[in-house]
Amino acid sequence: MPPTTQSFAAALVDALHDALSADRMVSLIGSHVLGLGPQRHLMDRIRSDFPDRIVDPPTAEAGIAAAGIGAAMAGAHPFVDLGTAAFSFLAWTQMVNEAAVAHYMTGGAVNVPVTFHMLHGVRGGGAAQHSHSPQAMLWNAPGLEIVLPSTPADAYGLTLSALASRNPTVLLTHAKLLGIEGPMPSERKAIPFGKADIKRQGRDVTIVATSLMVQYALAAAATLAGEGIEAEVVDPRTLVPLDEATILASVERTGRLVVVDECPLRCGIASEIAATVAERGFRFLRAPIQRVARADTPIAFAQAQEEFVTPDAGKIAAAVRRLFG
Amino acid sequence: MSHALPESLAWSLLETMLLMRRFEEAVVRLAQEGHFKGHYHLYIGEEATGAAAIATLGERDHLATTHRNHGHVIARGADPGRALAEILGRANGLLGGRGGTLHLSDPALGFLATSAIVGGCISLSVGGGYACKQRGDGSLTMALFGDGALEEGVAFEALNIAALWKLPVVFLCENNSVNAWGSAKGGFPTLNHAAKDLCSIPQSVGIPAVRVDGADAAAVHDAVSEAAARCRTGGGPGFVEAITERWPGSNPLWPDPVTGVTDLRMATTDMALPQEHHNWFRHHDPVLRLARLLAAGGKDSADRIHAIDAQQQRRMAKAIDFALAGAMPAAEAALDHVFA
Ligand SMILES: Cc1ncc(C[n+]2csc(CCOP(=O)(O)OP(=O)(O)O)c2C)c(N)n1
Ligand SMILES: [Mg+2]
Repeated sequence: MPPTTQSFAAALVDALHDALSADRMVSLIGSHVLGLGPQRHLMDRIRSDFPDRIVDPPTAEAGIAAAGIGAAMAGAHPFVDLGTAAFSFLAWTQMVNEAAVAHYMTGGAVNVPVTFHMLHGVRGGGAAQHSHSPQAMLWNAPGLEIVLPSTPADAYGLTLSALASRNPTVLLTHAKLLGIEGPMPSERKAIPFGKADIKRQGRDVTIVATSLMVQYALAAAATLAGEGIEAEVVDPRTLVPLDEATILASVERTGRLVVVDECPLRCGIASEIAATVAERGFRFLRAPIQRVARADTPIAFAQAQEEFVTPDAGKIAAAVRRLFG
Repeated sequence: MSHALPESLAWSLLETMLLMRRFEEAVVRLAQEGHFKGHYHLYIGEEATGAAAIATLGERDHLATTHRNHGHVIARGADPGRALAEILGRANGLLGGRGGTLHLSDPALGFLATSAIVGGCISLSVGGGYACKQRGDGSLTMALFGDGALEEGVAFEALNIAALWKLPVVFLCENNSVNAWGSAKGGFPTLNHAAKDLCSIPQSVGIPAVRVDGADAAAVHDAVSEAAARCRTGGGPGFVEAITERWPGSNPLWPDPVTGVTDLRMATTDMALPQEHHNWFRHHDPVLRLARLLAAGGKDSADRIHAIDAQQQRRMAKAIDFALAGAMPAAEAALDHVFA
């Protein structure tokens, strides 16, 4: 019997293990999927059960991304771990200008079923070069599926879908999510892309959030409930494809929208979702949309400065209160 | 003395290396006491390389370094109190708390960049060399990078550009992969390159390259001086691979001071060396190695070694007080300095 509650990291490893068991063309290029924290030992199971399908590559992000893409074009299903999301910048041309365009520019003849995984986010002490969340930049590269699990259950189901997808998929895990525990469904299966999940129901305001921001939004919603404000927390789970219908239906019910995003404000996820709702759901809105995002600065090492520019539960609750002020 | 260093240089390198060592011993203690967050990397075991290489530089020269930078910044003459304060993220740190350990740097001393992106500094240093050449004042840029940087594609591009344009760049590859555990044993990454001879990589684009024992300050000083002299007279870049045994404390993913606080009596007396890590103490610790060479001068030399160490320990005690007393930077200042 699989456990009924699990850590995010353990659920991710379970999904990798199940995918490796189910399909002999699945393999792991990169072994530090869980980073350098205490959960990293969970990967030992993969190493011991599939020693010939996990490799420690050289520090060569462009090379391993391209190898994964080429292998996918030739019929393999590689899971390429790029480590900290900032390292993916070295693989940008391979991801956004090879993987993302291959299917399109061959008139649909070539598929690229590769999964890229990375640990994103402001992680505490990562400073300017180890704190990136590149999902908004990637969203501007048509042809990539973008997946952002926020709970152990979603990590499991979405990872299975990523490895089964026929498209290049970027799976982003927030470094601070790895250790969180959560319930697992009794029946374990893939979660389809493009289906948002309402993580909490509420009638007064819709909070759309992804990745770690979902956890912060839930914490804010708990605080707000004590003040008589019932927030609905909507987690799109995948940016590409995006479940606009669930977001719009929620805003139609609540009449208010706060979007939370750890990417910098300009051209971020919050901006794109706000624009979509403004365009297609303007008539539902009883107040201006609020964006809670990172300031448009790099991240400083100093903890107080890191916290100052990064969204948290308090800032989300404050943004909601502004709508009722 | 068997080493080729002029005596005064040998003593001054020992002084620098002892400060580097006492600095790192303070960093790991403060990290383990929870004074700062995040991953960090210690320079223990590579002191002879950094001290001897940086001693060849002049005031106008530039440097670029990596995540394993503490020793470089200290060797170049940064204030240890302000360097430590930076690692603790304090306002009185070298960078006002912006950079921390990963980006520790002292721009006033010629550091162009401390990039924690593997391969970052090797390529930026080529730009440094470009500007030095344009100034035409005989200055150079030194890139201090790990063996792992040669696994990145950009390293090859950088070497090619430096060679084509005959840029004054000293590429100092600190190969600390000897006896490292590596990822497969759950440790910090170690060299993963098909080229067993790293010097063959720069040589393939015509850059003269030599391999030296990185724990031998004299050997490093000789090799880097030669490469630097060539740079300064328009002869183009040079490459030095300095090989060091991985300090056992840098084998795990997180630094662990398994060899304890350095006891110089291991060099100046015939005290028995600990069984555990015996080879490290006997053969590989570069500080003990240089101290042993100098201690061969007799009792006066031994006394002088301990006196220098005591002085550096006092300096570090002050540095620690300075850093811990430093205020945290104002949170709102996070919005400053996005643009010049
Ligand atoms: C582009 C990039 N990929 C991966 C990393 C993660 N990383 C940090 S240090 C390191 C090993 C670097 O080895 P080396 O350059 O030899 O330096 P050493 O730590 O051995 O001194 C790696 C892979 C990184 N910082 N940047
Ligand atoms: Mg190395």
